[in-house]
Amino acid sequence: METRNVQRLIRRSSAGAWLLLTSPMLIAQGTTPSTLAPASTPAHQIFDLSVFVVAITGGIFLVVGGLLAVALYRFRARKNDSRGEPAQIYGSTQIELAWTVIPILIVVVLFLTTARIIFAIQDAPKPKTALDVTVVGHQFWWEFRYPKYGVVTANELHIPASSEAAPAATFLKLTSADVNHSLWIPQLAGKTDLIANHVNTMWMDPQKPGLYLGQCAQFCGSQHAMMLLRVYVDTPEQFNTWIRNQQHPAPQDSVVETGRTVFERQACMNCHTVSGTAATGRFGPDLTHLMSRATLASGATDNTPANLRQWIKSPDTFKRGALMPAMQLTDEQLDQVTAYLETLK
Amino acid sequence: MSVYTLPVSQVTDPSTPASERSTFLEKLHGWVVTVDHKRLGILYILYSTFFLLVAGAEALLIRIQLAYPHNHVLSAQVYNRFFTMHGTTMVFMVGMPFLFGFANYIVPLQIGARDMAFPRLNAFSFWLTAFGGFLLYYSFLGGAGLYGVGNAPDVGWFAYAPLTERSFSPGHATDYWALALIVSGFGTLGTAINIIATIVSMRCKGMTLMRMPLFTWLLLVVSMLTLVTITPLTAAQFMLLIDRYLGGHFFDTQAGGSSLIWIHFFWIFGHPEVYVLVLPAFAIANEIIPVFCRKAIFGYPAMVAASICIMFVSLSVWAHHMFTVGMTSVSNAFFTLSTMLVGVPTGIKIFNWIATLWGGRIRFTTPMLFCIGFLFQFLIAGLTGIMLSVSPWDWQLHNSYFVIAHFHYVLVGAIVFCIFAGIYYWYPKATGRLMNETLGKWHFWLFTIGFHITFDTMHFLGLLGMPRSIYTYQPDRGWNFLNLVVSVGGLIQGIAVLIFAYNFIVFYWRGEVAGDDPWDAWTLEWTISSPPPVYNFEEEPEVHSRRPLWDLKHPDDPDWEYES
Repeated sequence: METRNVQRLIRRSSAGAWLLLTSPMLIAQGTTPSTLAPASTPAHQIFDLSVFVVAITGGIFLVVGGLLAVALYRFRARKNDSRGEPAQIYGSTQIELAWTVIPILIVVVLFLTTARIIFAIQDAPKPKTALDVTVVGHQFWWEFRYPKYGVVTANELHIPASSEAAPAATFLKLTSADVNHSLWIPQLAGKTDLIANHVNTMWMDPQKPGLYLGQCAQFCGSQHAMMLLRVYVDTPEQFNTWIRNQQHPAPQDSVVETGRTVFERQACMNCHTVSGTAATGRFGPDLTHLMSRATLASGATDNTPANLRQWIKSPDTFKRGALMPAMQLTDEQLDQVTAYLETLK
Repeated sequence: MSVYTLPVSQVTDPSTPASERSTFLEKLHGWVVTVDHKRLGILYILYSTFFLLVAGAEALLIRIQLAYPHNHVLSAQVYNRFFTMHGTTMVFMVGMPFLFGFANYIVPLQIGARDMAFPRLNAFSFWLTAFGGFLLYYSFLGGAGLYGVGNAPDVGWFAYAPLTERSFSPGHATDYWALALIVSGFGTLGTAINIIATIVSMRCKGMTLMRMPLFTWLLLVVSMLTLVTITPLTAAQFMLLIDRYLGGHFFDTQAGGSSLIWIHFFWIFGHPEVYVLVLPAFAIANEIIPVFCRKAIFGYPAMVAASICIMFVSLSVWAHHMFTVGMTSVSNAFFTLSTMLVGVPTGIKIFNWIATLWGGRIRFTTPMLFCIGFLFQFLIAGLTGIMLSVSPWDWQLHNSYFVIAHFHYVLVGAIVFCIFAGIYYWYPKATGRLMNETLGKWHFWLFTIGFHITFDTMHFLGLLGMPRSIYTYQPDRGWNFLNLVVSVGGLIQGIAVLIFAYNFIVFYWRGEVAGDDPWDAWTLEWTISSPPPVYNFEEEPEVHSRRPLWDLKHPDDPDWEYES
C-alpha cells in the first residue's frame, strides 16, 4: 500500500515535468518523429520513465540552482562592506556527509526504477503470434525481409497495428551488410544499432495505424542524412492485403518488354532483384513492387515517374554519394526502363 | 644547460640599446628552442587559441548549413569533413593543449619549482602535439587540395569501424586522422608523465600533498588518468592502421573482424577523456572561486577525495556510450548504475563550491563571471547526464541532438567557460598586463546568451527526434524553426569570441599594468613578478599552509592554525 502512495505522489509531482517535456510539441508539426508522442509499448514505457527522471532532476535543479542563486545574490560584495576579509570557513564534516548520502539515496531510487524498465523492454518475452522482420542496413538504405511470408522490400516497413482484441507485436532482427547503422523510429521504440557480424533485436507494438517517420541514427557515410525510414502501421486487413500483394512475382507486361530488356541487359540486374525475372542482384533494393512505395532512394525524393527517370539518369541529383552509379543510358532507354519500372506495382 | 646560454636568445631588458636587442628571427628562434615551462605554456595556449578559432569557424559553417532544411551551403561530403574536423580539433587540438598549457605554466609556479621535472621532454611533447595538429590540418591540402577540402577525414570524431576500413574509406583521409592522433597522443603522454614527476618530486619546502593548491592536485589526478586513457586510443589507432595497410582484420567485419572492439576501445578512451578535460576545468574554478569570494575553499579534503573518486569511477562507465549496440540487459543495468554514481562525487564538488560562495564577498570580475556561468551550466550538464545514464531513455536520446546539447554543455558550458576564466585570471601573470574588463564583460554576456540560445534549444531538437551527424534534414519534421534558432545562437557566440580575440591580442600592449598580485590572491604564483623571471623563484619558498599568501597577508590569523 505504501509504495502505491509513493507512486501516486511521484505521478502527481511528475505533472510539471510532463508539461516541461511536452512543451516543444507545441512547436512541432504532425509528422514530427517526436519521442514525446509515443505510440507503442516500449516508447510509452520510456516516456513514462523519462517523466519520472525529469521530475527528480528538475527538483535537484531547483534546489541546487536556487541555493547557488541565493548565494550569489546574498553574498555579493557591497560598497559598505566592512574592511578586511569575511570569516574563513574551512569545511564541515556533518554537512559534507549529508550531501554525500542524499545523492546516493537518489541514485538508488533512480537506478531501481530504471532497471525495472530495462528488463521490461529488453527481456520482454516474444509472443507466439509476433511478426518477424529481418532488417539489414546498407549504405544508405534499409532492407526488410519477412521470412515467414517470403517477402523482401526496402525502406518502407509495413507492420500490423496491435489492439487489445488482437495483440500483434513485431520483433525485428537487425544486422548490417556493411558499416554500422541504427534503426530509430522515435514514436515506436528506442533505437538499436545494426552491426555486421552481430544480430540485435528490438520490438514494437503500435496501436494506432498511420505513418511513422524515422531515420538512420548512426553516422554511416556520406549520405547518412538521406537514409530515411518510413514505417506504415496498417490495420490487420490492410497488412494482409499488402503482404499478399508483395508475395506476387512481378507482372509480365509485354507493353514494356523493351524496358525490361534494357533493365536486364544493362548492369541494373547485377544489383537489383525483380522476382520472377532473371534479375536477382542483392546489392540494391528489391524492386519487385517498387510502385508500392511512396519514396525513392530511401526517402530522398517522392516516387513519381519524373523523379524515377531522373534518379536512374543521375542519382547524384537527389543523393550525391549514393552507391548506385549513373548508367549513361540514352534518353530512349531511360524512358523505356522507367516505363518498365512503373509497371512493378 | 638552459637555452639562455645560446647567444641568439639572450634575455634583453628594454634599457639595452636597440642595436644590441635581439632581432625578430632571434626571438623566434628563442621561442622554438625554448625549454622554459612558461614559454611552453604560452605556446600551448596560443596553439589552442588558434585552433579554437579554426574549430569555431567550422562550427559556424556547420550551423549555416543547418539553418534551413535542404540547404546547399556545404555538400554532404564537405559537411562530414567539417563535423569530423570540428570534433577532433576541439578535443585534441583545443581542449587538451589548453589545459596542458595551463598546467605547464601554473603548476611549477604553484609548487615553488623552477621548471618542470623534464624540461626537454616538455618541449618535445609540445612539438609532437603541435605536429599532430598541423598534420591533421595538412589533410585539407593533401590529395585533391582545398577544393572539396582535400583529404580531410570524414568519418566522425568517433570514427566507428568498419566505416574507417579501406573498403569504405579509400584514400588517405582516415590515415591523416589516425596518424595525427597517434603523434599528438604521444605528446600528451609525455606531458602527463612530466606533470606527475614534477608534482611528485619538485614541491617546495613545506608543501605536503595536502597543502597543494587544488589546481595542482587536480592536474595530478588528470595526468594519471591521461596515462590510462590515451593508451587504448593509441593502441586502437595502430590496430586500425594495421587493418588498413598490413592486412589485419581487427575491425574488418567483412573478414570476420568486430566493430564492437573498436567501439569499446574508443570509449574506454573516450569517456575518461571527458574527465581529462573537465577536471582541469574544475581545477581552474577551484582557484578562481575562492579568490573572488574571498574565502578558503570549503571542504578541501572532500574536494581532493571527490576528484580521485571521479578518476576511478570514470574508468568504469565507458559503455554508457554503447547502450544501443545490443548489450545484455545486465550490462546495461551495470553501466546505468556506474554512470549515475559519478553524480555523487560531482555533486559533492558543486555543493562545496556553493558552500565556498556562502558567506563570502563575491566580486563579479570577468574570471568570476565565467566561473559562475560554469557552475550553472555544469549543474545542468550533470542533470542531463543523469537523464542519459537512464539507459532506456538513452535508447531514444543516443546520437540525437539531445546528446549534442549535453556534451556541449560540458565541453563549452563547463570547460570552455573555465578556460576563458583561466585566461582572464592568469593573463596578467603571464604578460604583466590586465585584459580589459569592459570587453571581458561583453565577451561573457554575449557568449553566455549565445550559448544558451544554441544549446538549450538543441535539447528539444533531440527530443523531437533529430539525429546527429546529418548534413541536412527534411522540411516536414518540425525542426526548421528550432534549427534556425540554434544557428543564430552560434553566430552570437562567434561575435563574442572575436571580442575575446581582440581583447587577448590588443591588451597585450594596451592593458593596464598588473603588478605581482592584481587579484589579491593566495597561491605562490602571485608572490613573484608578472611576468615571472626565467628562474621563477630567487629562493626556494617555504609554505606552512594551502594559502601561503594569506599567511603573509594575515600574520595574525594564518591558515595553518585551522587546516586539518
